[in-house]
Amino acid sequence: MSSDTDLAGVDAGAGARLSWPRRLKRLSPSLALAWAVVAIVLLWAALPQLFTGYSGTEGVPGEQLQAPSAEHVLGTDGLGRDVYARIVYGARYSLAGAFVAVTVGLLIGTLLGLVAGSRDGWADAVIMRLVDSLLAVPSLLLSLSIIVLLGFGTINVAIAVGAVAVARFARLARSEVMRVRRSEYVEAAFGSGGTFRSVLFRHILPNSLTSVIALAALQFGSAILSISTLGFLGYGAPPPTPEWGLLIAEGRNYLSRAWWLTAAPGFVVVLVVLSADRISKAIQKTAP
Amino acid sequence: MTSLLDIDDLAIAYKTGDHEQRVVHGVSFKVEPGEVVALVGESGSGKTTTAQAVLGLLAANGRVERGAIRLNGTDVSRWSQKRFDAIRGSVVSLIPQDPGSSLNPVRTIGAQLAEVMQIHKRGDRKTIEARVLDLLTRVGLTPAEMRAKQYPHELSGGMKQRVLIAIAVALNPALIVADEPTSALDVTVQRRILDLIDELRRENGTAVLLVTHDLGVAADRADRLVVLQGGRIQEQGPVKEVLASPRSAYTRRLLSDAPSLAKARPERPTPSAVDFAIEVQGLTQDFPVAGGAPFRALDGVSFKVRRGTTHAIVGESGSGKTTAVRSVVGFLKPTAGRIVIDGVDLTTLKGEALRRFRKHIQLVYQNPYGSLDPKQTVQKIIEEPLLNFEPIAAADRARKVRDMMRRVGLPESFLDRHPRALSGGQRQRVAIARALVLDPRVLVLDEAVSALDVTVQAQILALLDELQKALGLTYLFVSHDLAVVQQISDTVSVMHKGRQVDGGPIDKVFVRPDSDYTRELIDAIPGRTMPVLASPAISLQG
Repeated sequence: MSSDTDLAGVDAGAGARLSWPRRLKRLSPSLALAWAVVAIVLLWAALPQLFTGYSGTEGVPGEQLQAPSAEHVLGTDGLGRDVYARIVYGARYSLAGAFVAVTVGLLIGTLLGLVAGSRDGWADAVIMRLVDSLLAVPSLLLSLSIIVLLGFGTINVAIAVGAVAVARFARLARSEVMRVRRSEYVEAAFGSGGTFRSVLFRHILPNSLTSVIALAALQFGSAILSISTLGFLGYGAPPPTPEWGLLIAEGRNYLSRAWWLTAAPGFVVVLVVLSADRISKAIQKTAP
Repeated sequence: MTSLLDIDDLAIAYKTGDHEQRVVHGVSFKVEPGEVVALVGESGSGKTTTAQAVLGLLAANGRVERGAIRLNGTDVSRWSQKRFDAIRGSVVSLIPQDPGSSLNPVRTIGAQLAEVMQIHKRGDRKTIEARVLDLLTRVGLTPAEMRAKQYPHELSGGMKQRVLIAIAVALNPALIVADEPTSALDVTVQRRILDLIDELRRENGTAVLLVTHDLGVAADRADRLVVLQGGRIQEQGPVKEVLASPRSAYTRRLLSDAPSLAKARPERPTPSAVDFAIEVQGLTQDFPVAGGAPFRALDGVSFKVRRGTTHAIVGESGSGKTTAVRSVVGFLKPTAGRIVIDGVDLTTLKGEALRRFRKHIQLVYQNPYGSLDPKQTVQKIIEEPLLNFEPIAAADRARKVRDMMRRVGLPESFLDRHPRALSGGQRQRVAIARALVLDPRVLVLDEAVSALDVTVQAQILALLDELQKALGLTYLFVSHDLAVVQQISDTVSVMHKGRQVDGGPIDKVFVRPDSDYTRELIDAIPGRTMPVLASPAISLQG
């Protein structure tokens, strides 16, 4: 063998994987906070009874419209229900809705984008014109029409919100697939005898997915927002479900007397949406 | 007397994350007025960082830790960007590396040339306009009136570099920093551009700090040489002295690894085989042009390659060599002609038959950064071709991959690394391993060593030579670098504008070329003033 100076060029530290403790140390404070918010809200959804002793739906007679206090951290509503408890129990509905919405958008949108991006010609044209027309309709109007078709309810709202996101996922997935498809390693894979399917699953999908996942995190935040909006408008779950949008809607009648009824769930929604954005940004950064 | 540029114990560090990495360690050298000093080194040597610091153009995370950069006696190393603005262009200017991305695509070249004079308030509109035409004529872009109204996309790479040179000399600076000014250009264009810089420099008495990885260019053009390695100066002095009797081991290695036409070609045994592994006949390739006659990229190209030998395709950009390669490996269907690999006419194959045939002919790409999937580990990359054909047991596959790693000289510990954790040379070894794992009979190398530093290049060439001997491979070696071609090939085709203008055994073509073009190509190779150093025993030996 010849003298291998180029073998000494890059040492193990340069691009090797970091251990977990070192990764945590490098985590920026804002990202850590975002993950913490998401973790807490997920725990609320999974085990609400661990976080509050009050019921999410049953009020305590005689304790209506109390301001935040040591007993009721975020006050009570017009029926004497603890607002904090309602937010905690409501996490399940809002998160489940957002999850369904993102899943619908991610799966259908990515599939459409993948097909459009990897097949030239009429398939691409048809899919993308379909996506264009989806984008041309105002998203709220589109969601409302779908809900009218499917009927009211949390899951139907979620599906409607997800359907709107399909267009965005499809567009992103298509552009990522086209970028990856032009790369030399994809050509090299075909050159070494790869079939269309094997190249798709070994190279195109893994390399285009990072950006799509980042969009999913971003969409998670905006899905919560959209579901809350539709809940606020009365298309979502019926009362007394403590869904966050519904909480805000119920509180608005008391806006002058009991600000905490709208402010508290509103604040939680904002916090979760911001956290999802921050996480999305971090994922996007890891994309090549 | 103070020097024009006096760099004194300069240390520069880049901040990544929360630690600083020093890349330039106490570099000192001087540039006198009117002098050409070449800063030579391989990638990562700190030569570009040093040059950037002179212009105050360090990246935002770069910092001058120590030392001074004195321009006419004034230390500018810690100047603010605003202060630098006053001298950039007028006292010290830059000829950038990549002409393709250094011009604003939406403004005419006349406007961009005028801009530097407007910024420094040199005269009114009329004077500036006249000066723009003057400068364009001076750098050979005529008729200047027409050129001034053109946009960058209407110019070739060499013409764009002329525009950038015009911008750099517009205000008669005392010092021009030329950062790899011709690396992105063809050799014949490179020679003309370097001649132009030389002329302008003599006319105006400008000093040039020439940053280059090409020892040949430095040997031909510089008065003094500064050899950098790993951010430290290995050696400096007058070019002739340094090249004739290099004091540092590093310079000696650089000299011996640099490919050169003057170098004695390693003796190659005449292959005993008489059959041809590749036969290309009348290969023609047209590309459709919207609303016009099709563009003929290849026009009746024919060559034959004996089994176990290396055939080179040489040419400048646009000569059709890449198109030829893509046809030969079956990525393009030729418009006319036959491509016979091992007795099978590739042009008749399609679909599954073509896919099955691919294992016999493999391609190694120029850019090892783009041809390896960043998400795969080395193990997965090398193993993948095996998965495309008859199933092989996992254990056999793993053994084959390890065999291949050994063959290309990579340690097994690299198997679970990702490409980003490898250097350019290591990546190219992985790419070669991937190509060889299918036991192909023909290996096509498309500029496979062009992106590598000379010492790494010499190692990869040695590796290819060794593999050819051991496995009886046939190479089709595509390159723009005649010196490299001379080192590795038995036969050659010289391409020019889609036609083969010269062809045959390498000795014949290089010594008695048929065409003027080949002669021009050979004459343009830099480094004829470079003394030839005998290769030390360690390199190029199997």
